[in-house]
Amino acid sequence: MSLAARVAGIGVAGPGLANWDAAREALLEPAAYIRSPTVVPAPEALPPVERRRCGTNVRLALAAGFEAARRGGLLPEAFATVFASSSGDGDNCHAICETLASEDRLISPTRFHNSVHNAPSGYWSIASRSTRPSDSIGAFDASFAAGLLEALTRIAGGESPVMLIAYDSPYPEPLQAARPMEDGFAVALALRPPDAAGLLLGASISNEAPAVLANDALEALRRGVPAARSLPLLALLARGVAGSTAVEYLPGLALRIEVAP
Amino acid sequence: MQSPLITSFTVTSALGRGLAATARRLAAAETGLAPCRFETVDLDTCVGEVPGIDAHALPQPLRRFDCRNNRLADLALATDGFVDAVATASARWGAGRVGVYLGTSTAGILSTEIAYRHRDAITGALPPDYRYRETHNTNSVTEFVRDRLGLSGPALTHSTACSSSAKAFASAWRAIASGLADAAVVGGVDTLCLTTLHGFDSLGLLSSRPCRPWDAHRDGISIGEGAAFFLVERAQPGRDPAPRLLGFGESCDAYHMSSPHPEGEGARAAMLAALALAGLAPDDIDYVNLHGTATPANDAAEDKAVTAVFGDRVPCSSTKGATGHALGAAGAVEAAIALIALADGFVPAGPGLEAPDPKLGARYASRNEWRTIRRAMSNSFGFGGSNCSLVFGAAELPR
Repeated sequence: MSLAARVAGIGVAGPGLANWDAAREALLEPAAYIRSPTVVPAPEALPPVERRRCGTNVRLALAAGFEAARRGGLLPEAFATVFASSSGDGDNCHAICETLASEDRLISPTRFHNSVHNAPSGYWSIASRSTRPSDSIGAFDASFAAGLLEALTRIAGGESPVMLIAYDSPYPEPLQAARPMEDGFAVALALRPPDAAGLLLGASISNEAPAVLANDALEALRRGVPAARSLPLLALLARGVAGSTAVEYLPGLALRIEVAP
Repeated sequence: MQSPLITSFTVTSALGRGLAATARRLAAAETGLAPCRFETVDLDTCVGEVPGIDAHALPQPLRRFDCRNNRLADLALATDGFVDAVATASARWGAGRVGVYLGTSTAGILSTEIAYRHRDAITGALPPDYRYRETHNTNSVTEFVRDRLGLSGPALTHSTACSSSAKAFASAWRAIASGLADAAVVGGVDTLCLTTLHGFDSLGLLSSRPCRPWDAHRDGISIGEGAAFFLVERAQPGRDPAPRLLGFGESCDAYHMSSPHPEGEGARAAMLAALALAGLAPDDIDYVNLHGTATPANDAAEDKAVTAVFGDRVPCSSTKGATGHALGAAGAVEAAIALIALADGFVPAGPGLEAPDPKLGARYASRNEWRTIRRAMSNSFGFGGSNCSLVFGAAELPR
């Protein structure tokens, strides 16, 4: 059984991958890829108070999401959204845990509301003025694939357009040692139903091994950030021709993905 | 799609373990709230603590998941024949065709909060026995439940604060409707932790008394903990009558990170979307289990939304005065209460109400009302402006 959608637009924010143009270039010409730390973009379209308050995940997710909407020629507010991430804001979580382990446990209200997993979704809805349905899900290393399935079931149910935004960023120590992560990475796919324009993407659950990337730096990124498990799919989309790959899903499972013009 | 069946369900909260205990205490209009003595917390507030979590041990092969949240999940799973019902469904559909969709806000973060008190004095490292993936991570409870039940289908964890586990029902519906799965274990688990107790304290939203939804003098929430699980299956000819998930509705406020839209716009949109998917009119609903957190702003906004949709005709109540606010598990706990109301035929009173707020217009049930309930709605609204309403139908619904 396969679920399908058309990819109307793509957004990326990652190490040495400032946007989809840079990511497409790196995926088509891996030898030219130079890894540099992820530049966390300034948050677009947020009121000044929220702009000051939001953390790394929010900034990465908004940048990728707005880019995908723009490239798809669609208004951000039109999208039902699926936000997928292994965890919430790492810096914020660390600060709260430090405070709670101290003598004075008073945590700041802003830190508390930023601690929810759906903070990027909340800031996105404020920035885009979208009142459309929005998920915030997690599935550890399978978060991208689980989010993609969720977005595709929304398309199958007649919703359109639907935006998947997968993002992750590292914890500071000591949590980084318990959950190592290489750098921040976000990817957004603006999706429409199979009868729309764009590359056709079909996905089904399989028990094959996930595809690996031949380029060492890109493969390290794929393995080093849950949201970057999307890279084999992005490589297919960069080529823009028919092909297939397998994206890591839950333990022992992958998503078999077919792309066709 | 024909609306899916709920062929088994169970709930554990401060009201007790299992459906019978929960129904009995709801019928007696009792509360499970008591002054907070949780862990090292020194706050002037009441909580809905589930007794017996600390004494409960996980099955040996799954001990790596040991934390308060997964202990509560395990305690709840092993109640009301739920594990056996899932085994039957797994045999019927295949383990790979049964999904797991759960909601939580904080998973096992308590383990991390405690580990931060025991960091290495020189390196700052967490204790060597600290396990992130199986305790702290948002998905830890879903991974535990999926392994515990021997399921191998699709799975994910919703974490949209207080609407988390309501939204898990929507995912299960979509998975079954799209053919991704034939059945799903849906639910929510959240347990007391320092982040939420001190977090809500920082916002000035904790009441010092058991919370009083819809009361003129309501002054904040009481945090609770709870777990509820539902076996949602594709409808097939020849199955025994079972209650149904008739619809769901989702929306975002697009207003503020921690305050609801003052006119309840998002809440109203979620309720209307749920009714539309269910193909129902407002007067088809016999009971609304409110989000009803008992903060002045939340209840006022929800009341505007409820009266905009239902006027003052439909009986409604918040049961958070009985269970406390189970946050990410609230949607699941209150879905179970809505299903109990359908099965037993009563509108459960909202405990704690002393002086009804004259400014609120919904038809709030201050005492149990015994009557036939064919369809019930449950509301869940969370931080970040995330709203979800569910509609359930009784087993013997004329179709």
